[in-house]
Amino acid sequence: MDVLALTPWDDWSIFIQLCVNGVTLGSVYALIALGYSMVYGILKMLNFAHGDVYMIGSFLGYFMLTSGLDGPMNLAVPIWLALTLVLLVAMLGAGLLGVAIERFAYRPLRNAPRIAPLISALGVSFFLQNSALLLFGANFRTYDAFTLDGGVLFTKGIFEAWGKDDAIALNLPLLNMLVIGGAIVLMILLTLLVARTRLGKAMRATAFDREAAAMMGINPDRVIMATFFIGSALAGAAGVMVGMLFGQVYHFMGFLAGLKGFTAAVVGGIGSIPGAMLGGLLIGMIEAFSTGYLPEGSKFQDFYVFILLIAVMLFRPTGLLGRADIAKV
Amino acid sequence: MSEPERQNEQEGQVERERERVLELRAVSKSFGGLRVLSQLDLVVHDGEIVSVIGPNGAGKTTLFNLITGLYRPDAGDILLEGRSVVGLPPWKITQRGIARTFQTLRLFLNMTVRENVMAAAYGHTKATWLESMLRLPRARREEREIRRLAEEKLGFFGERLVGYRWDQPAYSLSYANRRRLEIARATATRPRVLLLDEPAAGMNPNETLEIAELIGKLRDDGGYTILVIEHDMHVVEGISDRVVALDHGVKIAEGSFDEVATSPRVVEAYLGVRGAKEEAA
Repeated sequence: MDVLALTPWDDWSIFIQLCVNGVTLGSVYALIALGYSMVYGILKMLNFAHGDVYMIGSFLGYFMLTSGLDGPMNLAVPIWLALTLVLLVAMLGAGLLGVAIERFAYRPLRNAPRIAPLISALGVSFFLQNSALLLFGANFRTYDAFTLDGGVLFTKGIFEAWGKDDAIALNLPLLNMLVIGGAIVLMILLTLLVARTRLGKAMRATAFDREAAAMMGINPDRVIMATFFIGSALAGAAGVMVGMLFGQVYHFMGFLAGLKGFTAAVVGGIGSIPGAMLGGLLIGMIEAFSTGYLPEGSKFQDFYVFILLIAVMLFRPTGLLGRADIAKV
Repeated sequence: MSEPERQNEQEGQVERERERVLELRAVSKSFGGLRVLSQLDLVVHDGEIVSVIGPNGAGKTTLFNLITGLYRPDAGDILLEGRSVVGLPPWKITQRGIARTFQTLRLFLNMTVRENVMAAAYGHTKATWLESMLRLPRARREEREIRRLAEEKLGFFGERLVGYRWDQPAYSLSYANRRRLEIARATATRPRVLLLDEPAAGMNPNETLEIAELIGKLRDDGGYTILVIEHDMHVVEGISDRVVALDHGVKIAEGSFDEVATSPRVVEAYLGVRGAKEEAA
C-alpha cells in the first residue's frame, strides 16, 4: 500500500514508540473526556468550559512547580514529592473552579431551556481564556520538564530506571509511563467511587431521574457539585500531564484539548464512564498512528481524529458504549 | 377515680386524639390562572389509611407534589408530625419521613433491583466517600446493613423480588413488579408516611387484589401511615379507613367509603348532574 508513508512492518520499534505515544495521549484525552461525560450524564448539558478548566489546571501546576517549589532546576523537595504536590494543587484548584462555575454559571439556569446553560458554558469558556490572557500574558510557559532532575524523566526508560539494562531495546520513557500510570490510578479510583460508594449510587440515580432521586432523600445539588469537582479535578490532572509532556502552557490550549476530550466522550458514548476511557484511548491512538503512518499525518492528525468522530456518529450515533435512552412508556 | 379507670380514660383520650402525622391547613395552589387546589384541609392520623379519590384533573397528584416539596403551596401550611415542611427541598422532606411512589413509574432503570432500594436508603448513612472506596470497617458495616435493609424491604413482597431478582436490572422487571419495587424503594427511606400514587393502576384483577392486601400489610406490619390515590373503587373500599373526595381542587366529601360513595356531590362529580338526580330518585 503506497498511500502509507511507512508501515509497521518496516520498523517495529517505531510501531512500539507510536503505541506508547498513543496510549499516553489517550490517557490524557480520557481524563478530559470523563469530565465531559460525567457532567453530561447528570445534567444533560455540554460543559464547553471544561477545556478551559484543564488549561487553568495546567497553569496552576506550572506555578506550583516554578514559584511554589523553585523548580524545575533547583527543586525544593525530592522529585516524587514535587510531582505529587504539583498534581494535587492542580487537581484541587481545577476541582474548586469547576464547582464555582457550576454554582454561578449553571445552577441558576438549571430549569431554563437546555440551550441557556450551553450558551452560559461558552461564556465561561471565553471568560476563562481571556482571564488567563490578562493574568498570565500571551506567551507560552513551559514546565521545562527536561531539566527536572537532570532530564531523567525523559532520557531514562522505565526498565533502565528499574536497573534492568538488558531490556533497554524496548525503551519506554519514564515520563510516559508515569502519565499512563497516573491516569490509570485516577480512573480506577473513579470506577471504585462510582461502583462502591453511596455518592456513586446517588450519582447514577440522579443521572437517571433527578426529581425521583430527590424524593428518595438524595440531595441533587450536592451530587451535582461532587460531579463537577471530580470531573474538573481529572481535567486539572490532565493539564499537568500535558504540561510535563509537551511543555506548552498558554491561554488557548484548552480549546483543542477540550474539543478532543469532547470527541472522545462522544465516540465512547457520552454519559458512559468506560466509554469516555475507551474513546480517549482510541483518539490518542488514532492521533499517534496517523502521525506515524498516514500521509501528511503529522500535519493532519486532527483531521483523522474528527473523521473518526463523523464515522462513529454515522454508524453508531449513541457512541461505542453508549446506550440509547430507554423510552418511557 | 380509681387507677384503672383513669388509665381507661387516658386511653380513650388517646383513641380520640390520635397523633396527627400529616396535616394540611388551607393549602392552595394555582398554575397560572388555573386553581388546582383551593383551601384544602386534610388530616392523616397515625396508622391510618386515607384514600384520595376524584375524577381526572381533581388535583390529586398535585396534592402529592405539594406534600413532597416538588411544588410550593401558594397559601396554607403542610405539617409533618406538627412541624411545617413548606419550603424544604424534596430530599429533606423525604429524610424527615415522607416517601412516595409515582403514578407513572420512575424507577432508576439503569440500576439493579437491589441497588434501586439501596440508593434510597443512603440518606441515613455516615461513612465518608473515602471510607467506602477503601472499604474501611464502618463503610463495610453500613453497606452490609443497607444491603440487608434492601433485601428485607424486597422480601415484603414474598418471593417476587428476592433471590436472583436482586441483581437483575430494574428494566427487566414486569410492570407489576416495577410497581412493587417502587413501593419497596419508598419504604427504604424509612418513612413515617407513605404516599402511594395509584398503586393498582394498570394491574390485572388478581394483582389488584394482591396490592390491596399489601397496602393493609404495609400499615399493620410496616407501621406506616398511608395516603393513597386510587381509581379502583374496590381497592378504595377494601383498604380505606377514611376517604376524601376531590373535585376541581375542592374537597367535596370526606368520611367512610360508604358515606363518600353515596354523597350526591361525589356522584355528580363522577357522573354529572343527571346522574346525581337519578341517584336521588
